[in-house]
Amino acid sequence: MAKFTKKSKTNQEIPTAALPDIIFMLLFFFMVTTVMRENTINVKQKMPDATELRKLQRKSLVSYLYIGEPKNTVLYGDEPKIQTNDVFIELKDITLWVSKEKDKLSENERDQITIAFKSDEEVKMGLISDIEMKLRKANALKVMFYVRQISEM
Amino acid sequence: MAKGRREMRGIDSSSMADIAFLLLIFFLVTTTIANDKGLTLKLPPNPDDIEDVEIKFKEKNIFKIMINSSDKLLVENEGLDDPKKIRQMVIDHVLNRGANPNLSESPDKAIVSIKANRGTSYKMFIAVYNEAQGAYYDIYAERAGVSNTRWREIASDLGNPENKATYLKAREGIPMAISIAEPNK
Repeated sequence: MAKFTKKSKTNQEIPTAALPDIIFMLLFFFMVTTVMRENTINVKQKMPDATELRKLQRKSLVSYLYIGEPKNTVLYGDEPKIQTNDVFIELKDITLWVSKEKDKLSENERDQITIAFKSDEEVKMGLISDIEMKLRKANALKVMFYVRQISEM
Repeated sequence: MAKGRREMRGIDSSSMADIAFLLLIFFLVTTTIANDKGLTLKLPPNPDDIEDVEIKFKEKNIFKIMINSSDKLLVENEGLDDPKKIRQMVIDHVLNRGANPNLSESPDKAIVSIKANRGTSYKMFIAVYNEAQGAYYDIYAERAGVSNTRWREIASDLGNPENKATYLKAREGIPMAISIAEPNK
């Protein structure tokens, strides 16, 4: 029995010398993958589910439209609103907004502008199709619906 | 002097882990992993630029999906409860090649028409559009001999000539004809 009660002379502490290295590795991962939010979103954003997603080819060609019920219903009411960058815009201003966004791109890329819809799932199709009609009039024909990816099956 | 030389000259680095942790937590909290994926759609051109030409389509070539304001589906004039069933129905319709007299004559003539109501929720529309598009992706993927996921990767990266060749070959004769009608009031 003495064999078992004998005290081990080896050091039982876990070496922590490599800990900073591990943490730094994680830190660099997050620093590289991070994208800071460019603007505060003032509308509700619960995206619908879908499976058939495709990747955007070039992110620089994308302009975002946030559509949904305002978070601050006391101030803005509970009708779905359209937000671009940091402001709410009306339906009739979309044409102007598209031409402003197009001006940011170089001349040969203007036809390829993609409008990304980040829309809440509660929004009605009436508003969505009104926006689509405005985009057709403004000649911005590429549209992408942002959705939440769910696994197939 | 000799005594001073023997002392440790290194900087105490035991707090480095703490500093790194602090930064790590900051980035963990502020990070949003960039997500640049979605459902693509190409809108038809400006309605003012389109000349009014009457085009006749045979009734049987059109696969009609209608959604009403309470998100109920009407597919080929029959009610349907689950939008997921649309996928197989669209595949059957497109690849019918005249076998069933009620479905399309040939893949290039087949049209899938989605008509929503102004009161339809965006959620339901996306569910239906997802299935209709998925049906075409399934058809193309099978023709190209790849999985649906791989097909979408190929279709998103047409800069690669190999991908472009596969893409054009699989789509030959089967255009993705999904028509989204303007919703009625």
